[in-house]
Amino acid sequence: MKILVPVKRVIDYNVKARVKSDGSGVDLANVKMSINPFDEIAVEEAIRLKEKGQASEIVVVSIGVKQAQDVLRTALAMGADRAILVIAADDVHQDIEPLAVAKILKKVIEDEAPGLVIAGKQAIDNDMNATGQMLSALLGWSQATFASTLDIDNDNDIARVTREIDGGLQTIDVKLPSIVTVDLRMNEPRFASLPNIMKAKRKPMEEKTAADLGVDVTPRLSIITTAEPPAREAGIIVNSVSELVEKLKNEAEVI
Amino acid sequence: MSILLLAEVTESGLAVDATARAVTAARQLDEVTLLCAGGSIVDAAAQAAKIDGVSKVIIAEDAALAHRMAEPTTALILSLAEGYTHIVAPATSDAKNILPRVAALLDVMVISDVIQIDSADTFQRPIYAGNAIQTVKSTDAVKVLTIRTSVFEPADMNNAAAIETVDVPALPNMSTWIEDKVEASKGPELSSAKVVVSAGRAIGSTENFGIISALANKLDAAVGASRAAVDAGYAPNDWQVGQTGKVVAPNLYLACGISGAIQHLAGMKGSKVIVAINTDPDAPIFQVADYGLVGDLFDVVPQLTEQL
Ligand SMILES: Cc1cc2nc3c(=O)[nH]c(=O)nc-3n(C[C@H](O)[C@H](O)[C@H](O)COP(=O)(O)OP(=O)(O)OC[C@H]3O[C@@H](n4cnc5c(N)ncnc54)[C@H](O)[C@@H]3O)c2cc1C
Ligand SMILES: Nc1ncnc2c1ncn2[C@@H]1O[C@H](COP(=O)(O)O)[C@@H](O)[C@H]1O
Repeated sequence: MKILVPVKRVIDYNVKARVKSDGSGVDLANVKMSINPFDEIAVEEAIRLKEKGQASEIVVVSIGVKQAQDVLRTALAMGADRAILVIAADDVHQDIEPLAVAKILKKVIEDEAPGLVIAGKQAIDNDMNATGQMLSALLGWSQATFASTLDIDNDNDIARVTREIDGGLQTIDVKLPSIVTVDLRMNEPRFASLPNIMKAKRKPMEEKTAADLGVDVTPRLSIITTAEPPAREAGIIVNSVSELVEKLKNEAEVI
Repeated sequence: MSILLLAEVTESGLAVDATARAVTAARQLDEVTLLCAGGSIVDAAAQAAKIDGVSKVIIAEDAALAHRMAEPTTALILSLAEGYTHIVAPATSDAKNILPRVAALLDVMVISDVIQIDSADTFQRPIYAGNAIQTVKSTDAVKVLTIRTSVFEPADMNNAAAIETVDVPALPNMSTWIEDKVEASKGPELSSAKVVVSAGRAIGSTENFGIISALANKLDAAVGASRAAVDAGYAPNDWQVGQTGKVVAPNLYLACGISGAIQHLAGMKGSKVIVAINTDPDAPIFQVADYGLVGDLFDVVPQLTEQL
């Protein structure tokens, strides 16, 4: 079974996003960019399935600017076999919406015919939490979102997934092919070793454009402004528990 | 304008708080038709009809809808979608599972975690873990939105809306529900509690959460946790507060042994009053705290419980 993993290039999770003063968006020039943390977990899970003999090949796909090559190389260095870069923008500030990403992934999937797609649950830049569900809908496949465990039954073409839901955990069986989106607790991604980083440079990376695939990426949501959230006023340090209790009762009046 | 809102229903019935908060947001646009979908939904629908701002409640009852699996629930919503300008739901894990699927099949974008409705087509939502607020104008014919409930008050419950039952179409069957592991919490619910007491990695064990629960009991508070505490197995996943956990905005949030990573702040920065207890005076949590106490939580928390 072939596994396809979509990986997004996003601001590194350790970097605080800065809003541009003209309200046109978040400044991404000269900012450290990385593979979306959830997608790193998705790549790791795919590699583990291959190591267990449950998958034959792992194809990673990124959609966006040319620079997304770097996150694809990261995924190849971790152990993915092959990469596809779909260029859909030339400015790093132009985000491709989940609906357009899903349409592009659908085209790629029609060519590649994977038995399973493992995506992240959410991109930490737009925080949309939508692409996997949209892709599953467009393909007419089953979906299992927010997964914390994934067990494949190759003989019966079923995956058993534990999902993190509001009240706790849910277990479902989905028919393959399926789209699984992963939550943070699924695994701990490995670090790529130096030899594997070198090897990754020779692994195949194919480039296409959104136009080649016939997908219109014009945004449906036009961004009017991007603003800083309201700042919280600085508070005070209290010196004792009794002072804290007194402040909460008489000053903040919350207890 | 006409609005279809997916009521939040769990195994135990209508999730009144989440639903009533989403209604508050949606009714700014127009009266709301509330869809109650499930395996056995009559009681939930009767409750839902009381929510102010609801003009009609639709009952869709079918065994295939019992666990609100994404594929059948999406098919149901699509069968009813015609004529609605907005399809809305509270931003729960259930709705986040379903609404993007609905949007894709309508060939429209989903707008997740709306915190403000500016007009029928213009909405505000947080991005980058709440480090920026984006205002977007939708060019789509139908707007599909999920509402961040923590920023809207629940609508009152003085209504008696009409209730109507619809025929459920044949529903797809691609996934099988096996089980839910849901622990009934003793105290109030995390997403609607007036007071939340959270602990981080520093708590060290499941047993040690006992001192947090004791304080929570005293304050009639819900218990929360950081991702580090959940990952370490000290707390269940549904206690996680943050960018990828629950978003809370209580009157009082107590962060005990939590460093204050941006991903955690994303889930609690909207709280009215924040208290931080941490041994490290330079912990970033102090930058958002109204009251900070530099100290060991194992000393401070029991003392606090005693003095309240
Ligand atoms: C994509 C992504 C999503 C994430 N989503 C979330 C999320 O939703 N929610 C979330 O919380 N995190 C999330 N995180 C993780 C986040 O980045 C932090 O790693 C996490 O919040 C740290 O948890 P912590 O503060 O408990 O632990 P630590 O950072 O280890 O902090 C522990 C704190 O306890 C203090 N301390 C130690 N001993 C004591 C004591 N005896 N008494 C008092 N204080 C003490 C220390 O000084 C320290 O400040 C996410 C990360 C990523 C990459
Ligand atoms: N531009 C992209 N390129 C590749 N994968 C993407 C892209 N955008 C989203 N994804 C995938 O979809 C997941 C959810 O993203 P989102 O719906 O934007 O929150 C991500 O974790 C990725 O796996």
